[in-house]
Amino acid sequence: MENLSEKHLKVSAIKNGTVLDHIPAEQLFRVLDILKLRDCKNQITIGFNLDSKQYGKKGIIKIAEKFFEDDELNYIALIAPKATVNIIKDFVVVEKKLLSIPESVIGAIKCANPVCVTNHEKIQTSFRTTVKDGEVLLKCHFCEKSTSNKEIQIVTNNR
Amino acid sequence: MPKSLISIHDFSKEEILHILEIAAEFEKNKSQNILAGKVIACIFFEPSTRTRLSFETASNRLGARVIGFSDTGNTSITKGESLKDTIKMVSNYVDLIVMRHPLEGASRYASEIASVPVVNAGDGANQHPSQTLLDLYSIKQTQGKLNDLKINMVGDLKYGRTVHSLLQAMSHFSPNFVFTSPDELMLPSEYKEWLDGKGIPYTETRQLSDHLNDSDIIYMTRVQQERFTDLMEYEKVKNFYRLEKSMLDNVKPNMKILHPLPRLNEISTDVDDTKYAYFYKQAENGMYVRMAIIAYLLGYK
Ligand SMILES: [Zn+2]
Repeated sequence: MENLSEKHLKVSAIKNGTVLDHIPAEQLFRVLDILKLRDCKNQITIGFNLDSKQYGKKGIIKIAEKFFEDDELNYIALIAPKATVNIIKDFVVVEKKLLSIPESVIGAIKCANPVCVTNHEKIQTSFRTTVKDGEVLLKCHFCEKSTSNKEIQIVTNNR
Repeated sequence: MPKSLISIHDFSKEEILHILEIAAEFEKNKSQNILAGKVIACIFFEPSTRTRLSFETASNRLGARVIGFSDTGNTSITKGESLKDTIKMVSNYVDLIVMRHPLEGASRYASEIASVPVVNAGDGANQHPSQTLLDLYSIKQTQGKLNDLKINMVGDLKYGRTVHSLLQAMSHFSPNFVFTSPDELMLPSEYKEWLDGKGIPYTETRQLSDHLNDSDIIYMTRVQQERFTDLMEYEKVKNFYRLEKSMLDNVKPNMKILHPLPRLNEISTDVDDTKYAYFYKQAENGMYVRMAIIAYLLGYK
């Protein structure tokens, strides 16, 4: 068990909950959306544009008293595959989750095809994923078009 | 969920061959009253007179009655009714739905909420499987086989859904493809990679003259203005190819020219009277193939 030493913490620590780290800064808000955190009532601390050796600028999200299902967390792999997920209990990292690309993605993202039926009727989207040259392709169950993970849009309740 | 035909992938190779077989039966005996007492809905959310007439005639020749609409002008859909409600309602009335819709994926969605089989008669630029099956039927009819043929696809290979579906369906029969297109309308790389993965040979060219003489089938397509967002782009390519009688002097004797119709300028009318023109017969074949699809999905063949 590693103890989070004070000097590395630019964002205040949480006692219990989930820490999402190493998110490329530009993906931070999409990670919030894909986990539907805009509607979440828990205490959330967000670090944005923090210095990172890996990305230049990174984002970090700490959600107090919240523990996700693996299926939910794996959606993060679509937009931030190198993100890390730490489960915190009593200020200590008790588990590091490994993200893997989900085989199917239901409801969380929009089809990029503007003339897809899912963008015009109230239909839950559904995709199968394939990985090609490090890029994740999501094939729409309905219109059969593929969306690259680089251009995916998250379904938010604001729309 | 009853078996539907939404995409050409919904049918196995065996089912494809079975459809072609029954279609040949229907061509020999054009009116068979096997669906007397059945009602078929032809619901067209965008107009397509050619396809609708073909499906409606097919239904009538099987003895079924047809209800439906040919566009959404005077329907509750213009009043904002959801696709779901329309399909739920119609599927309670009829035994099978033939549907065309401008949105891609609309037919797949309909097939998942309908209680009866759905035949996709075109969902935007996505799929139009009865067209693919009638193309296969016409290829088999003219060549006596489907295996080991050289198929030259000409024109809009980028947006042309008939081309994409046909090449996928033909992949069951060890074809050799030629893709003739202007640079702007080349076959998308995803299809080439798919062919590579299956070990199916193909060559690409800009010149129509390159492979006229060694092809068994010349599959001409129309460049569809509605697929272009850039009108300048369309103007550049719309008259890129024009097949004329004088170009056919040295073609293979068995060669036939197919075209999903309607045509614009890509086939000169002087080709129509040559023995190579097959596009009118191809359109007629559509009716037999649609009879076969309907009879099969309703469990009668
Ligand atoms: Zn789609």
